[in-house]
Amino acid sequence: MSTAVQDFRDTGPRLLRLDPLLLLATLGLIAASLYTVRKATLGDIPHDPNYYMNRQAIYIGVGLVLMVLLSRFDYSRLREWKLGVYGLMIGAILLVYMLGFSARGSRRAIEFGFFNFQASELGKVLLIVALAGFTVDRARRLGDRETTSRIVLLALIPAMLVVAQPDLGSGLVYLAIVLAVLFVAGTKWTHFAALGALGAVAIVVVLLAAPAAGVEVLKPYQVDRLTAFLNPSTNPVDEGYQINQSLTAIGSGGKTGRGDESTQTKLNFLPEHHTDFIFSVVGEEFGFVGAALVLSLFALLIWRALRILTTSKNFYGALVAGGITAMLMFQVFVNVGMTIGIMPITGVPLPLMSYGGSSVITTLMAIGLLQSIHAQARETALAKGL
Amino acid sequence: MYLDDDRRPTLTPQLAVRVAILGGVALAAFAVIFFRLWFLQVLSGDKYVAEAQGNQLREIRVQAPRGDIVDREGRVLVRNRVGLAIEVTPEKLSENTGERRALYRRLGPLLDMRPRAIERRVNEQFKELPFSKATVKQDVSLDVVMYIEEREENFKGVEVDPVFLREYPHGELGAHLFGYVGEVSAEDLKDPSYSGVQSGDRVGKAGLESEYDQFLRGQSGATRVQVDALGNLRRELRKDQPKQGSQLRLSLDLDVQRAGQEALAGGTGKGAFAVMDIHNGEVLGLGSQPSYDPNLFAKVVRASDYNRLKADETGAPLTNRAVAAGYPTGSTFKLITATAALESGLITPDTPLNDPGKLTVGDQVFQNAGGVAHGVLSLRQALTVSSDVFFYQLGRDLNRKGMPLQHWAHVLGLGRRTGIDLPEEGPGFVPNPHWRDSQYAKFQRCVDRTNPTPTEISLGKCGWQDRPWSVGDNVNLSVGQGDLAANPLQMAVAYAGIATGKVMRPRLGQRIENSAGQAQQQLEAPMARKLNVAPEYRSAILDGLRGAASAPGGTSTPVFQTFPVQIAGKTGTAEKGGGRADQSWYVALAPWPDPKYVVAVTDEAGGFGADTAAPMARRILAELFNVNEKQLVQGGGPSD
Repeated sequence: MSTAVQDFRDTGPRLLRLDPLLLLATLGLIAASLYTVRKATLGDIPHDPNYYMNRQAIYIGVGLVLMVLLSRFDYSRLREWKLGVYGLMIGAILLVYMLGFSARGSRRAIEFGFFNFQASELGKVLLIVALAGFTVDRARRLGDRETTSRIVLLALIPAMLVVAQPDLGSGLVYLAIVLAVLFVAGTKWTHFAALGALGAVAIVVVLLAAPAAGVEVLKPYQVDRLTAFLNPSTNPVDEGYQINQSLTAIGSGGKTGRGDESTQTKLNFLPEHHTDFIFSVVGEEFGFVGAALVLSLFALLIWRALRILTTSKNFYGALVAGGITAMLMFQVFVNVGMTIGIMPITGVPLPLMSYGGSSVITTLMAIGLLQSIHAQARETALAKGL
Repeated sequence: MYLDDDRRPTLTPQLAVRVAILGGVALAAFAVIFFRLWFLQVLSGDKYVAEAQGNQLREIRVQAPRGDIVDREGRVLVRNRVGLAIEVTPEKLSENTGERRALYRRLGPLLDMRPRAIERRVNEQFKELPFSKATVKQDVSLDVVMYIEEREENFKGVEVDPVFLREYPHGELGAHLFGYVGEVSAEDLKDPSYSGVQSGDRVGKAGLESEYDQFLRGQSGATRVQVDALGNLRRELRKDQPKQGSQLRLSLDLDVQRAGQEALAGGTGKGAFAVMDIHNGEVLGLGSQPSYDPNLFAKVVRASDYNRLKADETGAPLTNRAVAAGYPTGSTFKLITATAALESGLITPDTPLNDPGKLTVGDQVFQNAGGVAHGVLSLRQALTVSSDVFFYQLGRDLNRKGMPLQHWAHVLGLGRRTGIDLPEEGPGFVPNPHWRDSQYAKFQRCVDRTNPTPTEISLGKCGWQDRPWSVGDNVNLSVGQGDLAANPLQMAVAYAGIATGKVMRPRLGQRIENSAGQAQQQLEAPMARKLNVAPEYRSAILDGLRGAASAPGGTSTPVFQTFPVQIAGKTGTAEKGGGRADQSWYVALAPWPDPKYVVAVTDEAGGFGADTAAPMARRILAELFNVNEKQLVQGGGPSD
């Protein structure tokens, strides 16, 4: 870097090379998460109202450190390590099968003392990094059906593994990621059409044909959860119950929220209030105003991610940014959609907001990668004297 | 270090389009979410606030203790007791059927119930009221409660709640009068007299508990509480204290009641009695034997107990024979025959009729008991010696247009309810030509149609009335035999009617009071029907009854000759056929000549009225007039 081209924009320490708006959105969501987690769990652990908030703060701290480290690291090198990254992901997921403990019938995490490591969460970032690498390798043959099918297969393997854990939500996120990577890479529309048709056939088989034939691809409760949102009041005690309670929580928040009167959250009518349904807590406690603020921060986050995608110094960076954007978008829309009754319950956390170390750290690492892409683009641009 | 493939310009037009598409998708999704949030929070906010409130607020109804029931002296007959009920809460019960069954298996031996029975009972209650607690057992000992509470983790979902249970300190005494208390039924709730009562409340179901329920039940309290999703109580918001029901004071005299029931128990064990103040209809004693311990009904009754108490083999102790049974009354009916004969002008008090010992009507021969011939008699003597033939003749001659005998039986209260404040009362039955003839017509049609064998006929296939009404039926009725069905209370009312010239409506409830015994409301004395019987006729009949209890040859003179209180009274011995022992009756008016009380007693298998029922009546009269029975025995007891 020549001193001649250094201008006022490049005089500060390297940290300031981070995209400020992306950073703002990240920190804003982190603050909202800590505040909401505390509000949601005040009475959950007797005599320790800050239990969940403190732990979330620790996860965030770890995540922020990883984010800053990744932002200073040239992400492009990850492309060379794609095989290792992919192997690491598959290995981690398989390790959960061997060592994992079971929470509510799902074997999703490995216990490390005070932290439960959920491989499927970390897998989201690893998959993006690896898939982008594989895709760049075949950049000249993107029109081939073989390329598309290989890439899709590479994503399907971990997706099937996590769905079998069973963690349906993460499996769907993996599929969103691969579609986004292919989409950004420029895969032909005809391929997407073919994938769409295959997907439709798969849904029909999984939800209708296989159960009719006596083969259980998804567990019955998963099917119930997927279909309950279509008509929550028919089954108010089970799957529909969660949706109804969530709608009641959000609806009762009104314009400005119920604050300390938020009985849905405090009295545990709202299930999973600090994890999957944290957006409902935001809706009840802070009303439309609070929900709109959180959504705006997510909009900012996604806008910056798309922006960074377009400024990437190389194709690989664009694909990684595309994957991360898709991961964030998919999770935000599916999670928020679930809480307001327009999406099925799939167990997808709200990025940065939901309590949980694996998700928070993974998301911050992904944002670190975005910052890295941004920083590298800036550096390249500066180097080119733009 | 970058590979060739990675060196192409990043923002191609194609990529720009695709990024724009991604951005468009994001924008559209955010728009959908915002609109949905606007709809939920801004447009429907109020609805959801109401839903959230409904989620967390519960009203726990606190049943008010019922009012006590006391006798005329204020002695407690029915009161409340706090029992401990074992209940299960649906929210806290395991959803796993196996775990629930394991819980019931642990509870079973503690509560002395079969686990299956617990499961059935709980599931039935959950079906009725899905979110309410289900009662497993209502009255559990403290030991069991402590055991369960000390091992809370083994009894998840099990709770102990205090409940008010009825208690009857005098056990079998008056058991038939009080009825019982139970959960209000859906039909009751529609009745305006149950306004303020809510589903799940306990109300009087029978007897006085039911008749005076509106006073006894009190006002349930309610506590509004905040609960969490598991149904745990978080906070009490508002509390309305329950108000105990009013106390009901009866005209019943506990000592008279005891004397009556003991007297009956000393007989064949099946019978009934009624003691009434003839001037105002106040009932001082009303009992039925065999009796039962109503404390059994304070909690949920076992079907086996209930069936046992209903069964004929045990003498059907649940039946209140004093008001619900129907018996032939024997010669006690002669008072009615006499009234009918006098009022219809058939005889005067002094008309002499010959009693040769038997009377032939058509091809039937009617005899006096023991075939005795009393010779020429007038009404007074006929009543005194209880000449059947005298009254047979009246019965024969009263079988004429207008059926005066049936008419006067009806006027004096037979074949109809007396109107006492007990819902279980039955009307009894006075046979008449219309009834028998129409039954017989039915019988004939049945025989013509189905052509039954003689065996089938004898089994009642076509009903029992295999012949039309005849004079003989009226002759039988004139001495209280045949198809007549009456109860002691009806006979007491009829005798009181002749004594006072008024047909009283008997009454147990006297007044409504607060728990300190201060009157809140006097229960109005019911109207009496005036009896249009000439006073000289009434006094002639009464003279006859007086003679029966005091004159030489009087049927009950031996029983009462040493009794210090003068009385008038009539024995009755009703043949019941089929080899069954005769029904014994006695109806007394005392004290003579200015009677205040009527006592009617019957023993289902006591034989001669003078042998069984009259001594029982004497025992009750002794209690009424504070006569020391021990002195009496020395003075010469009843002779046969």
